[in-house]
Amino acid sequence: MAEDVLTPEHSLVAHQFEDAGQQREASRLGMWAFLSTEILFFGAVFVAYAVYRLRWPDDYRQGSLELKWYLGAINTAVLLLSSFFMALGVHASELGQNSRLIRNLILTIVLGSLFLAIKATEYYLEYEDGLVPGASFRMEPPPEEAGSGFARAVKSFERAISRAPKGQGEVARRTRAEEQFMVFYFIMTGIHATHMVIGIALLCVLVWMARRRKFSAAYNNPVEITGLYWHFVDTVWVFLFPILYLLRNP
Amino acid sequence: MATIPGDLPYIPAYEAPPTYLNVAHTVRSWLLTKDHKRIALLYLFSITFFFAIGGVAATIMRVHLLAPAGLLVEEMTYNKLFTMHGVIMVWFFLIPSIPTTMGNFLIPLMIGARDLAFPKLNLASWYLFMAAGFFILLALLLGGVDTGWTFYTPYSSRSSNTYVTLAVLAIFINGFSSILTGLNFIVTIHTMRAPGMTWFRLPLFCWSHYATSLVMVLATPVLAITLALVGIERVFKVGIFDPAIGGDPVLMQHLFWFYSHPAVYIMILPAFGVVSELVTCFSRKRPFGYEFIAFSSLAIAMIGFLVWAHHMFVANISIYAGMAFSLLSFLVAVPSAIKVFNWTATLYKGSVALDTPMLCALGFIGLFTLGGLTGVMLATLGFDVHVHDTYFVIAHFHYIMVGGSVIAYFGGLHFWWPKMTGRMYNEWAGRIAAALIFLGFNLTFFPQFVLGYLGMPRRYHSYPPEFQVYNVLSTAGASILAVGYALPFFYLLWSLRYGRLAGPNPWRATGLEWQTTSPPPKDNFEKIPVVTEEAYAYYKLAPQGMAALGSVAAAEARETGGGES
Repeated sequence: MAEDVLTPEHSLVAHQFEDAGQQREASRLGMWAFLSTEILFFGAVFVAYAVYRLRWPDDYRQGSLELKWYLGAINTAVLLLSSFFMALGVHASELGQNSRLIRNLILTIVLGSLFLAIKATEYYLEYEDGLVPGASFRMEPPPEEAGSGFARAVKSFERAISRAPKGQGEVARRTRAEEQFMVFYFIMTGIHATHMVIGIALLCVLVWMARRRKFSAAYNNPVEITGLYWHFVDTVWVFLFPILYLLRNP
Repeated sequence: MATIPGDLPYIPAYEAPPTYLNVAHTVRSWLLTKDHKRIALLYLFSITFFFAIGGVAATIMRVHLLAPAGLLVEEMTYNKLFTMHGVIMVWFFLIPSIPTTMGNFLIPLMIGARDLAFPKLNLASWYLFMAAGFFILLALLLGGVDTGWTFYTPYSSRSSNTYVTLAVLAIFINGFSSILTGLNFIVTIHTMRAPGMTWFRLPLFCWSHYATSLVMVLATPVLAITLALVGIERVFKVGIFDPAIGGDPVLMQHLFWFYSHPAVYIMILPAFGVVSELVTCFSRKRPFGYEFIAFSSLAIAMIGFLVWAHHMFVANISIYAGMAFSLLSFLVAVPSAIKVFNWTATLYKGSVALDTPMLCALGFIGLFTLGGLTGVMLATLGFDVHVHDTYFVIAHFHYIMVGGSVIAYFGGLHFWWPKMTGRMYNEWAGRIAAALIFLGFNLTFFPQFVLGYLGMPRRYHSYPPEFQVYNVLSTAGASILAVGYALPFFYLLWSLRYGRLAGPNPWRATGLEWQTTSPPPKDNFEKIPVVTEEAYAYYKLAPQGMAALGSVAAAEARETGGGES
């Protein structure tokens, strides 16, 4: 390498590759192969969920009714918007516009974190409701006046937006199959949230790298493949939201 | 490296270029290496260690079964022994065996690349493997697991108070190591081929590893999540697979076998690749029907995803599902048979040389055929009900995995040992070991076909006295097999110091890996080669051609001392 002139692009090609094109092709294909692994990873839980949902449709519907559909809907919007900014970020990196890239990455991080915050709020409310499976699961829904002030406020908000007449919105006694629905709810959204946390960590690394001017129009592979990952995690939610929250009507 | 006997004075006339082995010597240079060849050796040490542990478990079981009432251990200990034997041999030896050692070492060399596409991921995969190994050994030392390697519920939920969660965690982590290896191979074979290395000039070893990698990437995550669910069920006491609390144990079996049947192809497809290389080299012929061998690997990988429920014919699945899975299982025999026919046709009118690797390859063809044909018998609904969960099944899959994969692993190890180390082992020791493995294997497992057909169930620590003669035969065979496995350990280590220098191409084989020095330099090739012909141009090797390919370069290497230091 001694006689070669080290241009910035040149130094970014790892030693095993011949040129930047080969490296780009490899990192893209690597991410797609990884995402195919991820599809099968999520796929197995989706299959298990489908099997049990078809076996106990009423209990699972009951479970769906207990979820906060409006929080799920807000989260869907938040996540789709984050994907939009991610796409803008990838586009900016292709054009070599570093400050625009950083701005869009930060917006993506903020929206991703907002998603996690809303998700955590949901988990908290479900815990207050005795919906967490295992030892703390309560077969009888807790009374309206129980729980923290925040949980009570959410309850009264729900009554306000409910179309059912007052007193008719009573939730029936819970069943074991409904507990199983909650098991799958927590596993599926939990794995998804873990992926979000990893995604946000990756985005933070990208911001750090972009600040140090690591990317250019000639080299933006990490931005591009992190974008693919982010969109994938987003797409998983697009399937999770309807099958968990929206299958409510008989 | 060896010192020259008689302490000749060192003459610094010629400085041999450093090989991947002596480019650096520190522990750090090994533990943080990103060189695919060094990582292959790290894996080689690790899986040899696990093979020994799995082997010890098997030995104790075979000795125990010498007497109908059992000789050595209690019921519970016996359960833990077969579980550990299965778990360690499947996930810590067979699945990584050929891909992570020979695949890691050879794929970049064979396609003319400097390394795999993602060297850091490759190293990460070894660390994940070691982390998984740590947890499985921890589970073993704390008291073991008694569920059987399949972790069926409720064995793995309510009925077990052993270290199931720890074992499941180990296999979960191990799965990601396997995924990273597969992902690396797919990307490497797609994007890193040297100029002129078209898909149909790829060695068949690469084709079979490509097919293996597809299975690794697509099946392993399903196992990971299934075992994660088993672990969650145990830890949080919620009903996922345990029927007592609302779970469905048959669903667990479906998900488990969705991985674990394709996993059989993760174990056998790389062996096919090794055997394709060995048969062509030692017949001095191009393989008969290259394209058919290449595509049959892909066909096996694909059909292999559609046969899983043939493990569940007695698990109350619908009879129509049973018929469909039975038919699909017959279908997977077709590409497997194509391979066997093609290897046999390659031998026809070839100049067959019976060196150690070829003895292994021929043993493989015979034993794999037996294992495959009994597999077709087991795919038949009626027959399977008769022998389900008996020693017939044990014998069948050991013919595939031990008679097939492990013998191919040893064949490949002997074939590429000179490339990996630069030294030749003692050929006669190798032949004796290959013969002992073949004979010992058959004596161990053929009686188990009879035992199973007569009705001896698997996983029992005792049996009726009339089965004793077959069990004694089997144990006798196992002791021969153990000697056969132990021998290479000694003469291969011996060869590291005292073996004859191999030179670049001791077998006069075609293929890019033989055109670089042995052991190869850190970056594999001084200059990335340009490929102008197929991988198996043996027909070109008239005697003078052979000299040009192998002996001259070998002689040169010997003259210069081949990297003596």
